[in-house]
Amino acid sequence: MSTTILAPIVLTILGIIFGIILAIASKVFAVEKDPREEAIAEILPGANCGGCGYPGCGGYANSVVKGLAPVNACAPGGAALAKQIGEIMGVAVEEGAPKVAQVMCTGGGHDKTRYDYVGLSSCLAVSRVSSGPLQCSYGCLGGGDCVDACKFDAIHIVNGVAEVDLDKCVACGACVTACPKNIIQIIPRNSKKYTELRCSSHDKGPATRQACDNGCIGCKLCVKACPKEGAITVDNFLAKINYDICIGCGLCSRACPRKLITVDGVVLPPKPKKAAPAAAPKAAPAAAEAPKAAEAPKAAEPAPAAEAPKAAEPAPAAEAPKAEEAPKAE
Amino acid sequence: MESITSLLSIALGAVLVNNFILSQFLGICPFMGVSKKVETALGMGMAVIFVMGVASAVNWPINHFILEKFNLSFMQTVTFILVIASLVQFVEMFLQKAMPSLYEALGVYLPLITTNCAVLGVTLQNAQKSYNFGESLTYGITGGIGFLIAIVLFASVRERMEFAKCPKSFEGFPIALVAASLIALAFMGFSGLKVW
Repeated sequence: MSTTILAPIVLTILGIIFGIILAIASKVFAVEKDPREEAIAEILPGANCGGCGYPGCGGYANSVVKGLAPVNACAPGGAALAKQIGEIMGVAVEEGAPKVAQVMCTGGGHDKTRYDYVGLSSCLAVSRVSSGPLQCSYGCLGGGDCVDACKFDAIHIVNGVAEVDLDKCVACGACVTACPKNIIQIIPRNSKKYTELRCSSHDKGPATRQACDNGCIGCKLCVKACPKEGAITVDNFLAKINYDICIGCGLCSRACPRKLITVDGVVLPPKPKKAAPAAAPKAAPAAAEAPKAAEAPKAAEPAPAAEAPKAAEPAPAAEAPKAEEAPKAE
Repeated sequence: MESITSLLSIALGAVLVNNFILSQFLGICPFMGVSKKVETALGMGMAVIFVMGVASAVNWPINHFILEKFNLSFMQTVTFILVIASLVQFVEMFLQKAMPSLYEALGVYLPLITTNCAVLGVTLQNAQKSYNFGESLTYGITGGIGFLIAIVLFASVRERMEFAKCPKSFEGFPIALVAASLIALAFMGFSGLKVW
């Protein structure tokens, strides 16, 4: 009799004692956790993409509170989140342009191959076979390693070349790491006049011309056209935009003989001469009757097109509406 | 001097002859689960030494002064589980406050040990073999050391196994089980070892 009653009693008493000890201990040994850390962890997207360079969202929140991480390092959250974190931390956030990943290849040479590749379709495997079948050894192989790496469904293979969906991209950098060709870069995307030059080829001009329909040949016409010193530079036969300096005027886009530089996704027409805007209204009706002439510079061979701004004066005038915008863009 | 000899023989038994994992097959879950890297295996082993020692020290008086006094020895398992669970909780809180560096080092392994049967096993065996306090403590700590040795050895083997060729159907967990069984077989060589 006694044991049957005693057993539960002893166990209950032990349980209560331990419960009390633990309750007291939790008060005595309470470690003050920074409430800001939890607050930040709460508003983070929770994708654990690692784009900030810290182990997961929790690790980032921890580092922010410790003051080791900047408040605007969360790419998926963007500027809105940076502002919220800044409020929690009591720090002012400087507005930075949102960043996106961009594939530095338009795939202009994706059907110009040196050999037929048969085998695993992963870029990594393809690139191991004498750096891929493409004539341009800097070109996108289109195997989709970046597509597999992307957690945000923001990159796809379109016509054999990787294309970033700029609205979905959060610049976490997963595709940058995944690409065996190292042709994906994280670049700031200005909300307007977003200039980009999508080529990675360091080959010399003629070689690039042979391997690709619109690769950068390093002609430096863009550098000459650029009003800002250092905003676009040519290094080793490849032009590169420095986004800290670039103002998005689009003059390089107009000057590029390869039609490679885009502003907000559009290649601007060759720049008319100074007199052209004034002459445009008069010339417009006449030129509008010959729309084919207007397309001439685009259709023309890339190299002669370099001279297009000077040679084809009447043609740009046909695009009068855009020509009027030109002075503003400058 | 008899006590030292008996303590030594208990230690030898716990570390090598009756190794908790490799001879008694207690605490297999962390042995398989946390043995992919030598580094984590070391952390787990250290935590187990710590908890097994403390659990032996705490459970001995409870067994001796409460359970045996009230003739409730059949309640050992339940009581010890209760004690170990609250003990680990307590130790975790204590470490977090008093020794944050050790807390960081033990990390997730500390709460994991709550469910480690080796810890329960060592306290139950202490009671079974009616060890005194000193012997219980020795058995607990050396049992933990035996666990550490076994898991570190196994982790080193597994690290090398990563690069070894292996039939497809054996890849991963199955080959790890085979390796564990071979290590256990090797430890059988210690049986019969004695301190005179």
